[in-house]
This record gives sequence, structure tokens and C-alpha cells, in this order.
Amino acid sequence: MADRDPGTLVRAKPSPPHESAHLHVTGAARYADDLAEPADMLHLAFGQSREAHARIAGMDLAAVRGAPGVVAVYTAADIPGANDVAPVAHDDPLLAEDVVTSHGQPLFLVAATSREAARRAARLGKVDYAPLPPLVTAAQARAAQSLIEPTQRMARGDAKAALASAPHRLAGAFAMGGQDHFYLEGQVALATPGEDGQVHLVSSTQHPSEVQHLVAHMLGLSSADVTVEVRRMGGAFGGKETQAALFAAAAALVAAKTGRPAKFRCDRDDDMVMTGKRHPFEVAYEVGFDDEGHLLALSLFLSSPCGASVDLSPAINDRAMFHADNCYFLPHVEIVSERLKTNTVSATAFRGFGGPQGMLAIERVLDDVAAFLGRDPLDLRMANLYGPGREETPYGMVVRDNIAPEMIARLRQTSHYDARARAIAAFNAGSPVIKRGLALTPVKFGISFTTTHLNQAGALIHVYADGSIQVNHGGTEMGQGVYVKVAQVVADVFGVPLASIRCTATRTDKVPNTSATAASSGADLNGMAAFEAAMTIRSRLVQFLARTYGCTEAEVVFVPEGVRAGAAHLTFAEVARRAHIGRVSLSSTGFYATPDIAYDRAAHKGRPFYYFAYGAAACEVAVDTLTGEHKVLAVDILHDVGASLNPAIDKGQIEGGFLQGQGWLTSEELVWDEAGRLLTHSPATYKIPTASDRAKRFTIELWDGRNVEPTINRSKAVGEPPFMLAIAVFSALNRAIAASCPETRRLPPLDAPATPEAVLKAIAGHRRNEEQA
Amino acid sequence: MAISFLLDGARIDLDAIDPTGSVLDFLRTHLGRTGTKEGCAEGDCGACTVLVGTLVGEAVQWRALNSCIQFLPMLHGKALLTVESLSREGGPNALQACMAGNGSSQCGFCTPGFVMSLYGRAIGARGSELPLGDVLAGNLCRCTGYGPILDAGRAVPSLPRDDAAVAEALAEIEAAPASGEWEGRRWFAPRRADELARLLADYPDATLVAGATDVGLWVTKGLKRIETVIFIGDIAELGEIEEREDALVLGANVRHAEAHDVLARLHPDLGELWRRFAALQVRNAGTIGGNIANGSPIGDGPPALIALGAELVLRSIEGRRTLPLEDYFVDYGQQDRRPGEFVESVRVPRPAKQAVIHVAKLSRRFDSDISAVCGAFMLHVEDGVIVFARAAFGGMAGTPRRAPACEAALTGQRFTMATMDAAARALHADFTPLDDVRGSAAYRLEAAGNLLRRMWLREQGTAISVQDLEALDG
Repeated sequence: MADRDPGTLVRAKPSPPHESAHLHVTGAARYADDLAEPADMLHLAFGQSREAHARIAGMDLAAVRGAPGVVAVYTAADIPGANDVAPVAHDDPLLAEDVVTSHGQPLFLVAATSREAARRAARLGKVDYAPLPPLVTAAQARAAQSLIEPTQRMARGDAKAALASAPHRLAGAFAMGGQDHFYLEGQVALATPGEDGQVHLVSSTQHPSEVQHLVAHMLGLSSADVTVEVRRMGGAFGGKETQAALFAAAAALVAAKTGRPAKFRCDRDDDMVMTGKRHPFEVAYEVGFDDEGHLLALSLFLSSPCGASVDLSPAINDRAMFHADNCYFLPHVEIVSERLKTNTVSATAFRGFGGPQGMLAIERVLDDVAAFLGRDPLDLRMANLYGPGREETPYGMVVRDNIAPEMIARLRQTSHYDARARAIAAFNAGSPVIKRGLALTPVKFGISFTTTHLNQAGALIHVYADGSIQVNHGGTEMGQGVYVKVAQVVADVFGVPLASIRCTATRTDKVPNTSATAASSGADLNGMAAFEAAMTIRSRLVQFLARTYGCTEAEVVFVPEGVRAGAAHLTFAEVARRAHIGRVSLSSTGFYATPDIAYDRAAHKGRPFYYFAYGAAACEVAVDTLTGEHKVLAVDILHDVGASLNPAIDKGQIEGGFLQGQGWLTSEELVWDEAGRLLTHSPATYKIPTASDRAKRFTIELWDGRNVEPTINRSKAVGEPPFMLAIAVFSALNRAIAASCPETRRLPPLDAPATPEAVLKAIAGHRRNEEQA
Repeated sequence: MAISFLLDGARIDLDAIDPTGSVLDFLRTHLGRTGTKEGCAEGDCGACTVLVGTLVGEAVQWRALNSCIQFLPMLHGKALLTVESLSREGGPNALQACMAGNGSSQCGFCTPGFVMSLYGRAIGARGSELPLGDVLAGNLCRCTGYGPILDAGRAVPSLPRDDAAVAEALAEIEAAPASGEWEGRRWFAPRRADELARLLADYPDATLVAGATDVGLWVTKGLKRIETVIFIGDIAELGEIEEREDALVLGANVRHAEAHDVLARLHPDLGELWRRFAALQVRNAGTIGGNIANGSPIGDGPPALIALGAELVLRSIEGRRTLPLEDYFVDYGQQDRRPGEFVESVRVPRPAKQAVIHVAKLSRRFDSDISAVCGAFMLHVEDGVIVFARAAFGGMAGTPRRAPACEAALTGQRFTMATMDAAARALHADFTPLDDVRGSAAYRLEAAGNLLRRMWLREQGTAISVQDLEALDG
């Protein structure tokens, strides 16, 4: 029998394309809104709050009910069970009850015979608001001490004392904006009533189990009465982890109340107003260091407006704290994390889940120290990396797999960092308007849900008597390629071509109690669960074949040519047929729980992560110092995915993650007005990168290594880590801006996103730095 | 019959149609062609990209368009291709095969739109000669980072296509004026300007729709019910470009895609402005006349045209009148267009050979964004002295406007940085810009002044743009 070690599974490094690629390019891939609509289906729209914070004194919905095509209008009073679509804290009502806490919040639900009729009618509600003062900004919330949970503290050593005794001290502050997910497929759900009160939902969600549970509670049903299905999403990025529940619950409510199928496909602008985004952060720091730039002490203050409800903000802000070290050893450190409650839409999961914000903070600190000492920031970064005798993180986890020093050194060489830095200095000396900047920044990203119990997954595999195989697992497909990766794992267990495997839609009636497909964990967890399921079936086949052909179990081998059992050679289809006739079960579940992790949140100590994924990026930018316009000219990436399950898919994640990170730090700006209304609620005003924003020179190399932990194929997670490679863009922009006053040993006061306006402001601020110096 | 068009070469006749129903909804809901996606319903993401063909001579000219903001009557007399058409024409073509194999799709939702943009490029659709990044500026992808998609475009730059049958069928659809009624709302699609003048005399409150890139959003976002619509986009005589010795005359119906080409020949800055004006799908639909007539405070087109001294020709059943373009913009939301009038053409004088022209648009994103500030300058410099100056801005006031104090500070002065500084200071007298979603008042004033400085620096040979830079080799 073959090796049971999943770490030696995939023989070569094949890169089969995304399992739906042929459907994507022909338009034949069906998303939730593409399914044939049942004849009597209703379309839904929310009546939304026009106030960010108000008591609802009354609602007159007569005009809504009387509008053409309207079949039903529901308010909170019509919800039979729990009026709750929140993931943890039960503080996100499906429909507002007495008070609205953010602009755009759903107040009532309209079901009509057409989408247009529903949207039109939803605007006719007469709502009597008694306005309350809205807390829109972090400063307002801080002044009111409005928090979603107590401020958290993670510390090691004595930061205060170490700061006092450090040869140099610097204090600084900056801010970074949030980010809209801008999944191309907006939020959508289709609910179909079944017999005996059951409900079936097609939902574009990363978390079908949570939708199932919330809908069951909302309708007063058991989980067994609700089935949630998701074949694919048109992008998600964390924006469909908790935010899909609102629309699914609305559709389920209408289906249950009217007995008719109901679909909610949200308009783009409404979606952007109504659904959560990445957390903006304010950062303040005090850092102590020596003449060589070794960090001796860091006191870091992270503050994030979390919006109107708790959502996943505690875990997201925790992850910001976990990544405030990035790759660097911080001997004496105190990280204080404030989680503000504001009257804006609740901030939520977004690729990186707080990690990018924490990491940007420490990279900014290092840039500041480098500027102060007049040192190349890369030298300073390398001087502060984890290493022998300096391998414990601020939260007490030992970094066992530290490949950052080797990776940085290699990328420094392959990207010609030093020669280019010299060439850029020479260019800048002779260029009055255009200034260039170069930066190389690393990434170390912790892999696992930091809420330990979420690190589990299930799979269900059926081998049919014709040798074809259906694979199902708890992972949802949002474009990241988890289906094809898991299918590859299963194909390799049976030695069959990938074409024998049919990936089927993720459904709560196939694999129950799943975790969200999030935290980059999809392939790690579900790949392992599917491996276990496949191995169970294979073991049965091995026993059966050994019995049938009178050979030992070790003499049964599954290879691409078929199955050998002693002297017998069979196709896999023949094996399946004979096993079926031989009354062998050809179906199995599989289960996996990540080992060795444990975290004490009260103390902020433990091992929250199974392992770390690493990467590094070198990035060159140019800035127009008259207008603040800038361009990313070159990106060279070296990234660690362990022994990749699918290098092409992984490279796609790396490139896509990088550009999304670049957007976060440059062009994607969320603007709220004083009344708490989001002004950037459409692609006309909210600008994600286009094809021309991708650097013309863009190279990606995969680090040739294996995961030290026995993950599936010894691969590593890839969804989130590359996002943070884009911090090199921000750092390079700082360098370019600094070149406008090259003698100033201060960091330009640049906030993210570095829009042309922010850059021009930083240039002016930097000039003032010089005047003060 | 209200309208007739071709889908995959086969004629479709529709009797009663909602005049502001979108082509996208029709495809998805009525024809079950769900390959074309709605990503934003406002013409910004390109997930709904289709190809629309018209007969030009004996050939079919294809254009990539956003079907989410194309109204159904605009299909009249045209040929339509959707992503499904490619499968019906013999299965996945080389472009699709390349994209399927090289990681061009992740979530796949934007993919059909990219396929159609790249397929259009491969069959010589309008704009196919543009740089690849520009052809794709109107297609947003949130997953891939674009690399594989760009690779696919480079790998499959052209594909064979035989449009003989489509051309023949198009010729058979009578290009007659069309009209109809739907739930008490009227619509007309005249084919001649005098017909339009008559219709406007009868229906002075009618909404004129050329490319629908603005009015489309009144419907998809504003849910506006438009009582009377006149579709003017196919009035051929309003779509003419006249390249005279002294001036360029652009008919109101000239699409930005076509305007781009002639204006780029007038001055490269104009070409760049019109490239960045909007993405190709929008340039393929939107018209010069529509951009002026709708009176946006930003405009992008008007500041440049005003700086060049353009004149606007308005026409009604009573005749024509001509006015300097800047005079058309009376105030925010208010234009000098009288009842029954429509924009017929804009006359752009050819700049003098020695004219110094600088046009620049500042926005968060280079492609397909709306300006925070758009500045346009034309100077005549003789013996180092500025003898004539026109300066116009968008985004600085409620309308696109000239900057008289700035012009005064330039005129008669030496062409030096000191003069630019003075002219930049004078902008404070010209404008009190607003803080809004696209930029603060302070940024607008500072950047607008810097555009003057940038003009001078460029004339001295200093590199002033980051856009075409290459990375430095070590």
C-alpha cells in the first residue's frame, strides 16, 4: 500500500487550470443569478435608512405596499424567529427595530414581481427618524469611548523602560483607509420553499453553514430544515464571509412567508453602502533603537473604527496585533489595540483580516527609523529579522520555520536591489519633477483561524461503479481554485486523471458544520479532509483487491496506468465495478482538525498559528512631485507556498493579491461625509486597479521549499499572504517622496491610500520637515 | 415592428419594448443568455461587454459596448454578439482556449466581458489598434491582477471572422426611423436632423439620448421614468467629422472613440485626454455632443475645447445659433439650451503652429476615472513673451470655466516659471473649488497651479509624466 503521508502525495508539480476555466471563458459557468428563475419567483429590495444614527419614530409603508408589482412588505415584526444575521455577537438585525446605527441599514423588505418594481417601491417608504448624533470618525468614537469590546493589550518585556533607556527614540503616527471588496458578482441569494417548512438556499457565500444556522434561527426552524448550496462565487475576498447572510436571510424570510421562491440580487451601489469593508486603522508608535538600527523597544497603538456592530472585528483586530511584528524580533514590545464602535457600516473580513494593517504599521516604523539614521531601509529590515536566539513573537509563539532571511537575501540579489537603488539615486539627482523610489519588504503571515475550533473541515467522496468520482467538501469556490486543488489531491490518491473527478457544489446537506472558507485555509483544511476520505475508500479497495487477487496489501498499487494487484492489472473503472459487485462501500466522509494549535486570548499568548507563509516583494515606483500622480513601474516577487499543489493557481493568487493590495494602498479611497453617508459607493468614485495599473515589469518566483508541518503535499496557504507584498509599493512611494528633499532625515507624512492628493500633501509635509530641521 | 436587429446573424424583430429597458436585461431575462453579467449597472466594470456591429460601407464595424447602459431601441438596425455567440460560431476560439489554459480567470465573473473586449480587438473592432491596456481599461478584474489576461491578448492578437452574411443581413434591415409607446411613455429614433428638430418642437421636454452613458444611470441607479425619449445616436448627419483647414468640426454624434483619433492629430495632449476620458466601451457609446450638453462640472472634454476656443452650434426648428463653448455653461446644472434646441456640432479652431498647448487631467486612477482637476492651456509665445493665453478648468467650479485672472496674469508676461507662479496664484481669484469625493479644495487649487508650472517645465524639456516611464535597470 502506498505511503499514507499526505506530504508526499502530489508526484510532480502539475498545474491543471481552474476546474471551471472552460466555463468561465464561454459564459457557461452559472452563478446564483444565472439559474433559471422559477415562474412565480419574487424579487426583493430593502428599504434603507437615510440616517446613520436615529431612533425610528414611525414607518408609513402604505405607498410601498400599494406600489405596482408589490406582493409583500415585511418589517422586523414579521420575523418569526431571531432577528439576527450576526456571526458572533447577535447585534446585526436583519431589519432594524427601534434604532438605526448606520446609513443604508435595512429597515423593511419589499417582495415584488420584478426587481425593478421591488427597488422602486423600496424608495417609497416614509420613515420618521428622530436623529441621534452619529459617531462617524475614529476621533468621535474615541471621545465618546464607544467601543465594541475592551481595548486589548499584547506585550512582552518592559517596553516603557526599554524606550527610556534606548539610545534613540522616535514617535510617529499615520492612518490607513479601509477597502471595499468589489467582488464583481454582487451579493445574491435565491430561496426556494420546500415541503414541511423546509428552505433551500442558493447563496453566494463563503460560509454556507453560518447562513444555514442564521436562517434556521431566523425562521424558528432547525438546521436540518435549511439547506444552503453554493457552487461558485463571482469573487468574495472576505466580503461574503458574514455579509452574505443578510441577503440570504431576506430571501428565506420571503420564501417562508409567501411560499414562493424569492431572489435578492443587490444593486452594486446598495451593496457598497450596505455591506462591510476592510477596517481603516490609525497607528501611533514610539520606537527605541540603537545606532545600528536594532529595534530595542516598541510601543504601538492600533485603533480601528469597527462600524456599528461587532461582526468579526475582535478576531480581525487580534490579527492586526499578531502581525505587528511581521518578520522582526521585538525584544520589548507593547501593542495596544482599540476597537471603536462607529455609526458606519460594520467593518468585516477582507483578505488579510487585519494582518495587512498590523504589518503596514511595523513596516512604517522601520522606514521611519531608517530615514532617521539615513540608512537603506532594507539593511535595517535585515538587521531586525527573527533569527537564532530571537525567535519568539510578542504573543509567545516560537518561529520555527523562519525562511525570511534567506528569501530576502535572494530577492535582494535577483531583483538587483542594490544596483537599482544606486541608479535611482542618480536618476533622482538629475530629475527635478519625477522622483523614483525602490523598496523591498517581506511578509510573514500566520496560517490558521486564530479561533482554534474553526480549524476543522469535512469532505464527502463518492466513487461510482463506473469509476467516476464525485468530490464534495466544506470549502467554497470563489475563484481561488480550492476545487481543483482538492480534486488533484483525490485524483492522486486513486491514480486517476483529473477528468475522472467531478467537483460538486458545496452544500450543507453533504458536509455539515463547516467553517467559513477563509483565513487562506481552504485547501489546507479541505484538501486534508478529502485526502482522508479518499484514503478510507482506497484502503477498502486495497483490502478487497488483496483478498480477491490473493496478494498482499502492499502489492496493490494505484498508478496512472490503472491499478495493479499482484499480477493483475485493472483499470480504475474495473476496480470500482468489481468492488461494487463485491459489496464494498465506495463512499466515505473525511475529517481533519489542525493539530498543535492553542491560544489563550485573555493573555494574548500561545500558538495561534500552525505555520507561517512567507514572501518578499521589490517594487519600483515613480512620483510626479507637481501633481502627486504616481506609477508602479516594476514588481519582483519571491513567495513561499511550500511544495505547491498547483503552481499556476498559486501564482494567480500571488499576482491578484498583490494588485488588490496595491489598490488598497494607492487608488482605493473610501470617503464618508459628516452625516455618515458613504460617498464612494460605486465604481465611478471608488477606483480599483485597472490593467494598466499593473506594473509593466512583473515577475513572480516561487520559493523552492516544503512546509515544515505535515500539511497536504507540504504545501502552504496562499490566499491572503501575497496581499501584503504590496506594502512594498507604499514603502517605495515614501522613498520617492523623500527624494524631493533628500537631505531630510524624516519620513514623509504619507497616509494610505496614497492617492495623488495624499502624495502631494506628503510632499508638502516633507518640505516642512526640512524647513523645521 | 418597433425595432429589428441581428443576434448571431439572425434577425430579431421586437414589437413592443420598454424604451429604457437595457440590452443586458433583455439578454439575461428574455433570451436566457446569462453569460453576459451585471457587475455594476453603470458602465464602469465591463462584465456586461457585448459587441455591436453597424454597417459601414459594405463592412461591419464592431464596437465593444456596456450592455447594462444600452437601451433596447439603440439596437435597431444593428448586429449583436454576446459571449454565447462565440460558442455558436464553432466553439471556444483560440482566444478563449488560451484564456482557459493560462489562468486568465479565477472567479470567472468578469471573464465573459474580457473575452468580448479581446475578441473585439482580435476582429478589428473600433479601437483595436490601441495599446492592450487601453482596450481593457473598461474591464475590471478583482482576482487575477490582469497578467494572464494581458498575455492572452498578446498571444491572440487577431482572429479570422467572416461578416459577409451579417453585412448582407444588416443591409436588409431598413434603417428607417423607429418609434413606439410603452406604458404611456413615448420614444422616437429619428434618422435625420430635421426630423429631430421637428420632434423637439413637438416634445420640448423630451430626453435626448445619444450614447446613454449618462442617461443610462438615471435609469439603472435613479430608477427614473422618462416620459419621452428621443434616441439621436444614429442620426448619421450629426456624426460627421469635418477636417477643415482652419478648424475641426465635430458633429454632436461623433463618438469619443472617433473624436480621440482626430483630436490626437490636433495635439497629443488631446489624444491622451480623450484616451483617459473614459474606457473604450464608454468612448464607443458616448458622444461629443452629449458630453457638452449634459453640462457636467467636470466634463473633461469642455475644458480642453474651451482652451482651444471652440464654438458650439445649437440647432432648432427655427434655425441655428453659434456661441463660444464657455458661454453654454451658465451655472451648475444650467446650460444655455433653449426649448427645442439640440447641440448640432462643435467647431474647434486649429491651434496656431507656435501655440503652446498643455492639457492635463488629475484623477485617482489614470484610466476610466473622473477628474479631480482638468486643466487646459493654450499660449502664444513670441520672443519669450506670452502674447495670448487661454486657460480653462474642469472640477474647479460648478461648470467647466475659463480662468480670467490666470489668463490676465499670463498675458503680456515673459514665459518663465515666475510667471507661472503668478498665474497659479491668480487661480485663487478665479476659483473657489469645493471639497468633494474627488478631492479637496486645497488640493484642487495647488494641483491646478502646478499644471501651469508643469506646462513651463515641459517646454524646457523636463520630463513631467510618470506614465510612460520604464523601470531602471541596475
